[in-house]
Amino acid sequence: MARAKKAADGPTALRVVGKALRKVDATAKVLGVTKFADDLSLPRMLYCKLLRSPHPHARIVRIDATRALALPGVKAVLTGKDLPIPFGILPVSQDEHALALDKARFVGDPVAGVAAVSEEVATAALDLIAVEYEPLRPIKDHLDAVEHPEPRIHDYGDHGNLHKLINLEFGDVEAGFAAADVVREDLLFFEGNTHLPMEQHAALADWSPDGKLTLWSSTQTPHYVHRALAKVLELAPARVRVIATTNGGAFGGKSDPFSHEIVVAKLAMLTGRPVKITLTREEVFYCHRGRHPTLMWVKTGVKQDGAITAMHFKSLLDGGGYGSYGVASTYYTGALQTVTHHVPRYKFQGARAFTNKPPCGPKRGHGTPQPRFALEVHFDKIAEQLGIDPADFRLKHLVPPHSLTANWLRVGSMGLAECIRKVVAGSGWNEKYRKLPYGRGVGLACSSYITGAGLPIYWNAMPHSGVQLKCDRGGGVTVFCGSTEIGQGSDSVLAIIVAEVLGLDPFDIAVVSADTDLTPVDLGSYSSRVTLMTGNAAIQAAERARDLIARHAAPKLEAPVERITFAGRRVFDAASPERGISFAEAVQLAEAAAGTVGTVGSYTPAAGAGKYRGAGVGPSPAYSYSACVALVDVDPATGIVQVPKIWIAHDVGRSINAAAVMGQIEGSIYMGLGEALMEEMAYRGNRNVVHKIPSLLEYKSPTTLEMCDVVTYVVEDPDPNGPFGAKECGQGPLLPVPPAVANAVYDAVGVRIDEVPITPEKVFKALRRKEKGEEPRFGPLGFPDLPWPEPIRVAPPWEGGDGRAVEGGKGREKAVEVTAGRRR
Amino acid sequence: MPDPKAKIAFELNGEPVEVAFAPHKTLLEVLREDLALTGTKHGCELGECGTCTVLLDGAPVLSCLVLGLACEGRRVKTVEGLAQGSRLHPLQEAFAALGAAQCGYCTPAFLLTADALLTDNPSPSRDEIKQALSGNLCRCTGYIKIYEAVELAAARLRGERAEPTRESLYGSR
Repeated sequence: MARAKKAADGPTALRVVGKALRKVDATAKVLGVTKFADDLSLPRMLYCKLLRSPHPHARIVRIDATRALALPGVKAVLTGKDLPIPFGILPVSQDEHALALDKARFVGDPVAGVAAVSEEVATAALDLIAVEYEPLRPIKDHLDAVEHPEPRIHDYGDHGNLHKLINLEFGDVEAGFAAADVVREDLLFFEGNTHLPMEQHAALADWSPDGKLTLWSSTQTPHYVHRALAKVLELAPARVRVIATTNGGAFGGKSDPFSHEIVVAKLAMLTGRPVKITLTREEVFYCHRGRHPTLMWVKTGVKQDGAITAMHFKSLLDGGGYGSYGVASTYYTGALQTVTHHVPRYKFQGARAFTNKPPCGPKRGHGTPQPRFALEVHFDKIAEQLGIDPADFRLKHLVPPHSLTANWLRVGSMGLAECIRKVVAGSGWNEKYRKLPYGRGVGLACSSYITGAGLPIYWNAMPHSGVQLKCDRGGGVTVFCGSTEIGQGSDSVLAIIVAEVLGLDPFDIAVVSADTDLTPVDLGSYSSRVTLMTGNAAIQAAERARDLIARHAAPKLEAPVERITFAGRRVFDAASPERGISFAEAVQLAEAAAGTVGTVGSYTPAAGAGKYRGAGVGPSPAYSYSACVALVDVDPATGIVQVPKIWIAHDVGRSINAAAVMGQIEGSIYMGLGEALMEEMAYRGNRNVVHKIPSLLEYKSPTTLEMCDVVTYVVEDPDPNGPFGAKECGQGPLLPVPPAVANAVYDAVGVRIDEVPITPEKVFKALRRKEKGEEPRFGPLGFPDLPWPEPIRVAPPWEGGDGRAVEGGKGREKAVEVTAGRRR
Repeated sequence: MPDPKAKIAFELNGEPVEVAFAPHKTLLEVLREDLALTGTKHGCELGECGTCTVLLDGAPVLSCLVLGLACEGRRVKTVEGLAQGSRLHPLQEAFAALGAAQCGYCTPAFLLTADALLTDNPSPSRDEIKQALSGNLCRCTGYIKIYEAVELAAARLRGERAEPTRESLYGSR
């Protein structure tokens, strides 16, 4: 086997990986020629519009589309009964219908779909569809859901309007609290917010009379859309082709199969004409699937030196009207508390409520920014109580690299200490913390995130990512992969990695991605999985091609195959580099001897260590780490918080494309800053539960005038599971921003804002309370009693456990994760 | 009954064009639907996000708020008119090199707004760049690579031999 340059060789051996490279699609994007979904059109194309429910919770008594169908230009109208098969991203919550079947569950829930010759006619037709509703009492938020098990929004779920209840215990936390010097409890709330991609979702469907359906869509997960279309439309998957067009931003908001995708497909089948839909901005707010509003309670015991003895964490999520990724989101609010600092005993109780609002789901950081906010503010308070500098507190008792946590997560490389040191030194922390004038402050926070979920959304034993490689006799190489370009640079990752292994330039590589007819499955652009999983698959495919070519080039070069090296578009003898041939000639030798040169590669993560029910959420091939210092200015007269500067250090394992890593980190800081200061999905609290602000003007997000300066440190602690050591960088750096800002506000003016966004009103109220001698704080005051199930008890690794439940999980050991579950 | 079409003539990316369209259409719709120039994007069609920015007589406007009929005899520049032949405009070059275009959806609007800025002010300060771009939303980049790209392009347009800094591409040490 030719192993001249192994993927795991040190950075000096790398020619392409790690450089700051232009993305392979950058030129098309700056020219404006990249085709997004709404840029596509086909001859005879019809336009689709959706009628949406004006009620948050209502039974649909009758729908009459007769008048709409009679409108000239209307070609078809669909209602719920035309698409009766349910779907949903998780096998455990197949609770959506493309068009509401019997009930509408939020204002904006799609009820009917029209195809017409123009958008104007389709819109006019919506007014002609008569829907008789029987309004039901709406459930407005998670607390309302706890208090009102009836009327039930869904006829499934763990208890009344509580969709999911989780109770996990890893060791005896009460014994841990008893052994602590200080035990502290805190309550925090993280408001919901949304992705707000600049591109509204759009989809175009085309049906061929030979029984083939093609859907172009702005989706992060073409493979899951493929499955949903096949299921709901009752088509053989082989007759369905899904092409994910380049996404104009996504951030998790385009990772569910959506009603509009199914409706245009069905309309195309009915009319025999292509059908397109482009959502309005208001409709994008109704699609949502964004950050779950989350109420949290955390109790931690610590020794005087800061060592944690036990932690108990509770979360209650406001899930909105459907399941979406919510079961996974709920587990994620309890999964990663253990991967930064050593927690010897850990208990997690999590609940998700159904409410009559647009469904929540995965937004950048999926379920982990909320608990990380809670934890890092809580740690700031503990450090103060112990009289330890928060930076010193966080440098102590870090999870060791290559170790197991109490909840059986396997940590690999762990560069958090280096990250903390970088931001402490860079920000001048020691000269600033508790030393700045009143109104100015600094705060510090840490975080960690998964590099890809260890398990697929639906249970199967197949690879998570596949790559095919074709080497042309002209020297061209094409890489085929199902991964979806959402702006993060996934096409470039494929090109860079293949170029690295085959000694080519990334721009020599043609990339074909995200087309279910042409590309092998990649599960999708979510959970920060793409670089690691497609990267490893690409390495395998490229190494197989390299080995094949080397075997057939070696006789010509009169060198042993072990010495055959690929670099600079040449194939040569490492011992005498002048003895070589072009890459194209080498491919020709291989093709002449062995036939068409094509290889495949794939990647499947190793099984997680935990074997208990719920162990499927949290395991990852590698964990990224971040540390952040925020500098804030607080105006005590108005409560307005400004953030002039943030220092961030992120352990990315190894950069594949350094420029793209910088972009992901800066973009994460930006989005975290928006969540910290202003972004919120707000609803009118009256009986209508109407979205208060479904527009870009009213949903506040940072402009150039609010965005802070960012100083970025890239820490590279290569992980053995990552391609060339790479870990994620697209989500993790968001996590420490909200708590760092909250901690900085406390340093600036001495009030605790235990709730994001940290709006002027909240700061102002806390300052008034401080003046009046009340608790100088704004935040939640209680956590409701919930009907928790008996805990699943799992002994931590250091208590002799084997990763299985010791009690409470009887008969459940095989159902190790949420996606393996059964429908009720 | 469909509206009778209106017909106007104007200068588009340096060339004269004539186009017929339903008279209620916005410039955004005329460009995308009647002239097939889909480089101009939309984020809200309510004048809130800046994504549909084009230059009208050299000034940035939100094409979703301008009626096509209002463009008779005027000069319109879209992203398709930025490159010089097969050469990228220095702004396009800098955006591509620095990763100032991530998803690329807001990019045409940022390029045109920056083009107008640099025409008026060849040496803008960072604050002047922020002010000029404050009506354009970007959700991917955090704007930082965009500022750096505008500064790089400005320097090159002034004839300086500028390159991206190490901190910009690799971070601080």
